[in-house]
Amino acid sequence: MSKTANKDESFFKKLVGNQLFIPILALLLLAVINLINDPGFFKITLGTNNAGNPVLSGYLVTILDYGSELGILAIGMTLVTAASGGQDISVGATIAIAGSAMLRVLCGGTSRPTELAAPIIVAFLVACVVGMLCGAFNGMLVAVFKIQPMIATLILFTAGRSIAAWINNNELPIVPDPKFAYFGSFIPGIPVPTTVFIVIACIIVIALVLKFTNLGLYTQAVGINENSSRLNGINPTFIKFLSFVILGLCVAVAALIKVSRLSTINYSVIAKDIEMDAILAVALGGNALSGGKFNMWASILGAYVIQFLTTTLYKFNVQSDALAAYKAVVVIVLVVFSAPTVRDYMKQLTKKVAPAKKEVA
Amino acid sequence: MKRKVLSMVMASAMALSLVACGGGAKQEAPAESAATETPAAEETTTEEPAAEETTTEEPAAEETTAASGDLIKVGIINNDPNESGYRTANDADLKAMFNEANGYDAKFAYSLKNDEQITAAQGFIQDEVDYLLLSAADTAGWDSVLQDAQAAGVKVILFDRTIDADPSLYEASIVSDMAKEGEMAVEWLAGQGLDEYNIIHIQGVMGSAAQQGRSGALSDKVDAEASWNLVTQQTAEWNAEKAQQIVQSVIDAGTPFNVIYAENDDMAKGAVAALDAAGISHGVGKDVIVMGYDCNKWALEELLAQNWNYDGQCNPFQASYIDEIIKTLESGGTLSEKTIIMDEKGFDATTITQDDVDKYGI
Repeated sequence: MSKTANKDESFFKKLVGNQLFIPILALLLLAVINLINDPGFFKITLGTNNAGNPVLSGYLVTILDYGSELGILAIGMTLVTAASGGQDISVGATIAIAGSAMLRVLCGGTSRPTELAAPIIVAFLVACVVGMLCGAFNGMLVAVFKIQPMIATLILFTAGRSIAAWINNNELPIVPDPKFAYFGSFIPGIPVPTTVFIVIACIIVIALVLKFTNLGLYTQAVGINENSSRLNGINPTFIKFLSFVILGLCVAVAALIKVSRLSTINYSVIAKDIEMDAILAVALGGNALSGGKFNMWASILGAYVIQFLTTTLYKFNVQSDALAAYKAVVVIVLVVFSAPTVRDYMKQLTKKVAPAKKEVA
Repeated sequence: MKRKVLSMVMASAMALSLVACGGGAKQEAPAESAATETPAAEETTTEEPAAEETTTEEPAAEETTAASGDLIKVGIINNDPNESGYRTANDADLKAMFNEANGYDAKFAYSLKNDEQITAAQGFIQDEVDYLLLSAADTAGWDSVLQDAQAAGVKVILFDRTIDADPSLYEASIVSDMAKEGEMAVEWLAGQGLDEYNIIHIQGVMGSAAQQGRSGALSDKVDAEASWNLVTQQTAEWNAEKAQQIVQSVIDAGTPFNVIYAENDDMAKGAVAALDAAGISHGVGKDVIVMGYDCNKWALEELLAQNWNYDGQCNPFQASYIDEIIKTLESGGTLSEKTIIMDEKGFDATTITQDDVDKYGI
């Protein structure tokens, strides 16, 4: 402790002030709990799968693998939250729609095809278009008709799964080509789950977009004050609309992974309740759910924290229908900590006990 | 202000029409609703009569009571056909039976919500149907509406699901015996003669009749036998992805297991995906025994390929039983028993044939 108290305080302030603080703290907390309980949690082993290809396995790989869809959705959800100050609750249903469209193209309308009716890339592009159309529909209601995002997206939330079933005439086709399953599992010869690469690709794309375009700035401007951003020459309607379309694209990528995992989907349960996890990821990332400033990386990290939590709970044999209750506790803690009154109180407390900062942390 | 109001009205109209086409009660009253719906909704509803014509599940053998102009009016209340493969097959079977060619004037209402089903039932009673066929979403809350039905002379037949009401309120109930399904499966498993049974038990939605019946037999056996252990017992809520994660968690923990007892085919499929990724062999004569329920066609094909070991049937084809009951009642006969339990089978991968797959696959 050679530093002066003053310096310490500013360092501490900076640390707590950083948006990545909460998700990293949560991640560390979970890691420590698991380390104490069972150090084997962090073991990663190299084995082979039933197709005879080398694969890595272990809890950490599982977290990276199963957290992928959520990580991708968190990207779009962050933008929607920042721009519109509301959330899209239809992403689970839209995954069902995009996935169903993908199945329809791949299987050509028959439930048990023997070969692919169209190349995978075509099916994926169709799914992207469908996902973006759904996003555009939501975006139009929110941006043009000024409906509250949660109410606007309630429409697809309610109707989406029925539309998904209708696309495939209520049938559940199964994709016959084992190559299609690579997206949700492993490419032969590469022991890292393919989903990890898909997430990395998405992160690179959004990083480039945020760096080389004004999307991030404009989105924040619209979220903070719509009128003043309009006076400064930004079109808030378009920015909001765009954020929903981008989310639609994220949904299509997530749908690709979901469909690929089992080569089929069940419309009524696919990606069930994933919208709540995606919103929670944004909140965990320390982003204000009322819009405005955002930190993309904190949201993505938040998504993996949620998966970390889910995997940990499964490991402790918590009843899976009780998982939601544990997540609810996390939400309550987050909401309480981000409430202005609690923040003020914490600030005062920090000032008082600045030297003994460890206890506060 | 005017514009705002107008846009709100337009948007809510859009919302309503879409919602109507989607989750809720799809009342197929041909005359009234069709005109007001959006194109998407129209296509959904038009697709249904088309399905009536094209369903080939049941050969069109019963052309007997056609014509005579005197159609029997039935109102059918069912759960949403999108719920599962079981429900889709069930709905297709009913539609193949209850149509004009077979002497029925049938109306269908679908909902997964009890209150919407009750509203639909009241509508059918006002419509003066002769028979009300009911697969209730929930067991409670049906007494008063069934009393209304009785007062109006509407005969009620329950199918697929029972309700908590006085048996005098309905003519018959045609159900699957879920407990028996579970017993058959557990008996089969016991017959495999393993030294030790380390079971991953993946349950359906907790509290549903299927879950209770299928879990009950296994739980009893595990309690009774020292060599039967549950490695984990979790609900995956009929969801393949959840089942995959549950099994993945057990694999990651390194706990040994040799049986996967999943309460439907979807969950078994999810479990098998986790096994495949981890390089654990499964099927006939392999490391892990895989058991599922519902007899989806693709699941029976997995059995045929010996990748899975057992699949229990849950018979969705109640229409012919109902038809028989209605014929008996119409001709003035009486039913010998109130509760009719359907025949159900369990398939073993070592004995299943292609014929079984074609005949019993849904």
